[in-house]
Order: sequence, then C-alpha cells, then structure tokens
Amino acid sequence: MAPILELRAVKAFYSQSEVVHGIDVAVEEGGMTVLLGANGAGKTTTLRAICGMVRSEGEIRFAGQRLERRSTEAIAALGIAHVPEGRGTFTGLTVEENLRLGAYARAGRPDAGIGRMFGYFPILGERRRQQAGSLSGGEQQMLAIARALMMSPRLLVLDEPSFGLAPRIVEDIFNIVERIRREQRVSVLLVEQNATLALDLADHAYLIETGYVVMSGPAKTLADDPQIRRSYLGY
Amino acid sequence: MHQLLQQIFSGLAAGAVYASLALALVMIYRATDLVNFAQGEMAMFSTYIAWMLVNVGMPFWAAFSLTLVASFVGGMIIERIVIRPVENAPVLAAVVVTIGLLLIFNALAGWLFTYTLQEFPSPFPDRTLFGALMTTRDLGVIGVTLAMLVALFVFFRFTATGLAMRAAAQNPESARLCGIPVGRMLAIGWGLAAAIGAVAGIMVAPVLFLDPNMMGGVLLYAFTGALLGGITSPIGAVVGGLIVGVTENLVGAYLIASQLKLTVALALIVLVLVFRPNGLFGVAIVRRV
Amino acid sequence: MTMAKSVAIASAEQPAAATRNGAFVAGAWRSTGALVLIAAAVALPFTISNYHVFELTQVMIYAIAVLGLNILTGYNGQISLGHGGFYAAGAYTAAILMHRYGVPYWATLPPAAVICFALGVLFGLPALRFEGPYLALVTLAMAVATPQLLKYFDTWTGGQQGINLIKVQAPAFLGIGRDRWLYLVVLTVLLVAMRVAANMLHGRTGRALVAIRDHPIAAAAMGIDVARYKTLAFGTSSLFTGVAGALSAIVIGFVAPESFTLFLSLSFLVGSAIGGIATIFGAIVGGLFIEFVPNIANDISDAAPWAIYGLTMLLFMYVMPRGVVGSLAGLMRRVQSRRATAGQGLEEQKRRLS
Repeated sequence: MAPILELRAVKAFYSQSEVVHGIDVAVEEGGMTVLLGANGAGKTTTLRAICGMVRSEGEIRFAGQRLERRSTEAIAALGIAHVPEGRGTFTGLTVEENLRLGAYARAGRPDAGIGRMFGYFPILGERRRQQAGSLSGGEQQMLAIARALMMSPRLLVLDEPSFGLAPRIVEDIFNIVERIRREQRVSVLLVEQNATLALDLADHAYLIETGYVVMSGPAKTLADDPQIRRSYLGY
Repeated sequence: MHQLLQQIFSGLAAGAVYASLALALVMIYRATDLVNFAQGEMAMFSTYIAWMLVNVGMPFWAAFSLTLVASFVGGMIIERIVIRPVENAPVLAAVVVTIGLLLIFNALAGWLFTYTLQEFPSPFPDRTLFGALMTTRDLGVIGVTLAMLVALFVFFRFTATGLAMRAAAQNPESARLCGIPVGRMLAIGWGLAAAIGAVAGIMVAPVLFLDPNMMGGVLLYAFTGALLGGITSPIGAVVGGLIVGVTENLVGAYLIASQLKLTVALALIVLVLVFRPNGLFGVAIVRRV
Repeated sequence: MTMAKSVAIASAEQPAAATRNGAFVAGAWRSTGALVLIAAAVALPFTISNYHVFELTQVMIYAIAVLGLNILTGYNGQISLGHGGFYAAGAYTAAILMHRYGVPYWATLPPAAVICFALGVLFGLPALRFEGPYLALVTLAMAVATPQLLKYFDTWTGGQQGINLIKVQAPAFLGIGRDRWLYLVVLTVLLVAMRVAANMLHGRTGRALVAIRDHPIAAAAMGIDVARYKTLAFGTSSLFTGVAGALSAIVIGFVAPESFTLFLSLSFLVGSAIGGIATIFGAIVGGLFIEFVPNIANDISDAAPWAIYGLTMLLFMYVMPRGVVGSLAGLMRRVQSRRATAGQGLEEQKRRLS
C-alpha cells in the first residue's frame, strides 16, 4: 500500500534554529505510525512542519500532493486533521460549537457528523451545551479528537494525546482512536511519549532523537529492541 | 424628575451611538489585540459618503444601505492593505499605523469636503413624545442601534461564518487547523466594524453636524465606554456606551457646563475602573506562567 | 607548518583576542565617536541660521520628552497616551516661577523636575491597577483633561491667553546670540539626560524594568518589587518629560493651553515608536520626526499635509516596525551573532589543524 504521507529529507525550524535535520517518515494508508522520542527531540516540530505552521525544507507529500508552501488552512482542507499539543480546543465556545467548527471546511450539514461523534464519545453528548473550557482534561482531549474527526480527514495527526491524563482515560481514548481508525479508514500519525501504549497499537514506529531519526521499523520490532526497552519502556 | 428622565433618555440616544462605535472597537480588539484609533475617522468618512449620496437625490434609506456596503468593503480593504503588513509586528507599530490612518482620513475628508459644517438629514421626524419626555429622533436612533445589535447577535450566534469568526478571534491557530481562513475572517471583522461605525456616524451627524472633526469626541466616549464595559466584552461595549452617554448628559445638565464636562465624565469613569480594573463585564486575563 | 596553516591559525586567534581586547577596543571607539559627535553638535549652531538653530533646539527638547516616554513605555511596558500632560506641567511650572516669582530660567529646572517626578509617582500609584488598553484610557483622559484644566485654573495659568515670558538672554561675555545660547543649554541637558538614562537602563534598574515588562509574574517571583519599580518608572519618565516641557517654555518664551493638546501626547508616542521605543538614541530620531516631518509634509502637499504625515508614519512602521534605532540594533545583533558562530567555526578548524 502506498504511503498517504511521506516526508523526505525534511528540515524544520523553531524560530531561527533548525531543530529537525533532514528526516524521512512515511505513514501507510489506513495504518497508524508513531513518532517516539524524548522531550525536545523535534517530534512536535515535525508535525507542525507538516501542517505548515513552522518553516521547513524538504519534501512533504500527502496523497500525491506537495504540502510545502501551502497555508495551514489549505492543508487542513486537503484532509489532514491535526490535534495539537495542549488540545487546542476553543475554550470559550460550547462543545457543540467546537464540533461545528470541525465541519467548517466540509460541505453539507454537520448534524449527522455531530451525532456520530456523540456515538463515539457519549460524554460529549451529555455536555453538548457546556463551555469547552469547563471540561476535564480527558473530556477536552476527546472533544479535540472529535472535532478533528468532524473534518472527515484522511489523515489524523495526534500530538501527545495522553499528556496530563490519567492512565484509565488514556486507555479509553486510545481504544476509541483505534476503533475509529478501523471503522472510518483514517490513517493516523501519532506523537507520543507514552511509548508502551503507542507501540502496542501502532503498525510502524520511528524513534527521533535531537532532530534525527535514529531507528525505524515495524512497531513490534522496536518494542522488542533491548535499547528501546531500556530507554523508553522502562525494563 | 421629568427633566431627569428627559436627560436620561437623550443620554441613552447619545449612548447608543457610543455603544455602536464601542462595539466596533471591541470587535477589532478581540480579533487582533489592537485598538483601532482610526475607527471614528473611518465612520466620519462613511458619513460623508452617505451625505454625498443623499445630496445627489438618493432616498435616505437607500443611501444608508449603500453606505453600509461601501463601508464594509472599505473596512476589508483597509485590513488587507494597511493593517496586514504590521500584523506580526509589535503592537505599538500597529497602533501607530491606526493613528496614521486617523490623520489620513481626517485630512482627506478636510481636503475633499472642506471643514465647513454641513447639515445632515435625519430620517426620523422631529417630534416629541410622551409629553416632551423623548423625541422621535432619539427613539429612532435607539431603534436603529437595537436592530443592528440584534442582527449582529444573530450573525455571530447562528451562522457558520459568525462562529468561524469567533473561533478565529479566540484561537487563530486552532481555527487554521479547522481549515478556517483566519486572514479572511479578520478582513470580514474589519468590514463589519467599519459598517457599524458608519451606522454610528449617520445616526449622530444630524445632531453634531457633519465636519471632519465630528467623530473625535465620539471616539473618545466610545473608547471609554468599551473599556468601562470590559474591552473583551461586546455586551460590555453596549452597556458601557450607554452608561457613558447617560453620564455625559447628566454631568452636563447638573454638574458642569460644556468646558469641563468631558474631564469630569472621564474622571467619573476612571473612578469606576479603579474599583473594577477590567471593566464591568471584562474578564481578567489569566496568564499561564 | 605551511603558510596556509599559519594564516588559518592566526586568523583563528582573532576571536580569542577579540573577546579579550575587543571589548576594550570597542569601548575606546565608542568614547572617541561620542566625543566627536558631541564636538560636532556643539559646533553646529555656529554654522547655520538662527531659525535652524531654534528648530534643532526644539528637536532636542522633544528628544528629552520622548526619552521619558521610552523609559516608561519602552523599557517598562506601561503605555502612556498622556505624556503631554507632564510636559505641560513642567512648562507651566517654569513659566509660573519665572513670571510670578522672578526665578531665573536655569533655576526653574530643578523644581520642575521635582514637581513632575512627584506628579509621575502620584499618577503611577493608581496606574498600578491598570494594564494595556485600560492604562491607555486613563492616560488618554489625562491628555484630554490637560488643556481644559489649564484653561479652568486661569488665575495661575493665565487661562486661554497663557503666559508670556521675558525672553532669556545669553550671558553677555560669551558674545553669542540667545538662540545659540539656548541651544547649548538644551544640548547640555540632553546629554545629561541620556547619560542618566543610560546608567539607569543598562544597570540593575533597567533589567528590573524590562523583566517587569516582559514577565511580570516571574519578576515578582524573583523578588523584584514590581510596584516600587513601576511607580519609579512613572516618576522618572514624568521627570524627563517635565524637564523637557520646562525647557520648551524657556526657549519659546510662551505657554498656552492649545500647545498641550492630545495631539502632542500622540506625537510623543509616534516619535517614540518611529525612533525605537526601547532605545535611548531613538529618542533623538523621534524628536527629528516630530519637528521636521510636519514641515516636510506641508511642502509636499499644502492641501492635506497631515495626510502625508500619516502616510509617512505608516511607511516607517512597514519598513521598520521596531523603529529606526530599534531595527538597526536588531540588525547589528544578527550580524554579531553570525560573526560569533563564524568564530566558532574557526575555533573548530584550529583544533583540527593542530
């Protein structure tokens, strides 16, 4: 299967400094790829480069189209839904309004889509008129993912969805994401520090350290690798 | 008592004008963290356009509508061409740009239309109601302002574009990730603000008489009203504007004649701000450390 | 060792030498340059007409006023749309002292400074509660109130008519005209002001002010007395602008409420931004802008000169959003950092060669 997203020799810049030094990453269509690495490795910057939020060099291809030089909103309209670090929910708007915004770039009425999201995340349905800022961390994460899915994306990009959340909630969320991936046939690119969970679910993994890809391969292989087990899995 | 009610009512009419301009200021501030010092002069210029249309024989409400459309387009163009270059510059640079815009509009109006005071027609008949408690003119002004506010409320609350604009103002980065063209939303915001300003100018021109310096005082009161209400709150802008209008009238009627009226009114409002430094409806900006 | 290698090593030595001797050399260059500039400034009035001397004196007065604003808004981040009020306070202090009490002109400067400092502190205390646009409004209110208050308290201020002052004369033994004499007086005050500002802003106080501007919470957490510094900043700023006002009363020989409108306050802010709000030399550029651009605008178009003035403001902000001196400083910093990293490259080479 052809990769739906391909990065070739991509460099990315955070302000004036180059933090990603020419990496190659591919996301298979319908699969889940995870970028692992410690803080400051350049994972988030890579995601931001894909969505045109930071300066970058190199080739970024999505479903055959080149993404460099496009604006963030244009890239979103092409079918990439990015859930940023820190969720990025519109805290001043209601849950329902947040979901409607996800559907902005899609034609047609959003109501069916909203109903579907409440199916995946019933708790959001209960809180539909509540201000997003008053939701708990886990609920906001669900809302952020739901909003991204309202865009009917072909690629879902998740930046540290487990951040700051209790393990139970993280498990719930990851289960839902996996279910969505299968049912909606969405490809997923995931950045995670929680390596155990990520390697369990993903098909393919990349290990990024200080802006370089130092290891890549099937998730199972990386999960069995002794060095990774020591550094990132804790045993 | 009767006189008091009279003053309050005409204060509300003046306040409606301040409230409109204050709303325009708040809209732009919410979207860009910038106070548009040129809002008043833009409104003045729009009023001159309406004046010209009326002078060539166009019926009032047609001229009104056409002016609103022209102002909307003008506001969008100004955002794209004049404000865009300093979008990512320090806020002070943008402030200076709006001050420059203020000067340009004022000078342009003076050059094109001279500084002679012009009469501006009011679409409302000049009668008093309820035993001289209020004039139909004041009622008309309040009515038009109310209609405009309702229209804006419906737009922002119930339309997709309105929602997108609110989102773009709150969190531009997340909005982009939803595919919302934030730049275009900004332009629309400026367009709406310009149109609102035009309404304010047209409503106040019959009273103040039209000249290039007509909106200077109005802008000051509008700015005060916006801050009194809380610079981030549209409701606050309206309430603040109305309070300022009433205060100005009462101060002028009962405390002090023209000269120091402005100073005293401002002083009173500053006093309120001392007790509520974020305005009546404003939210203290909670910063993550 | 080949020629190439020795040259490479010799040039690699330069960064090390630069860091040791460079600071000293740069400092020496700067002092000489400063002396040359000062000498030129002193000689200048004798080469141009009296009117031009008067204009340049006005430039320097505005520069001192703008410098005050830079301290408050640039370095400490407290916006003021009302500095015309402090300027007026200084001007009227000097005028009243000279007119009513016969105080000689030079002796009016210290009282003007003290009174304006006190006024600034008095204003700065309640201002602590306000931020951003709210502070802008409060200072704007002051700017608007100033001409009205000046007209109201007419027994002191002479009301609408203002106060006419006896023209200052230069000391007879110097044999220079009054314009040139006043130019030199103002120049001296400007140099002192810049020196004082530099000492304050480049030391602990300056760092505290900037810390408060950029990260008030962190600054407070570090133990900086935010309230004290903010109030002090207001007082100092008002002092500078007030002294400028006093000088303007002395030089022009006349004060009246119309000279101190909102437009003056906005001009100071504009001059500040155009020069570079968080700089010292920018104040001079600001003064030049305030004094000369309106005249130039008039020459270009006498139909709508203020439109040209406004347009000029726009163009300056598009090209140099951090102000003239601010943008130049940024440019120099980037060049220096590039040179530093180039130096690092040479260090690497040197290590590899040896």
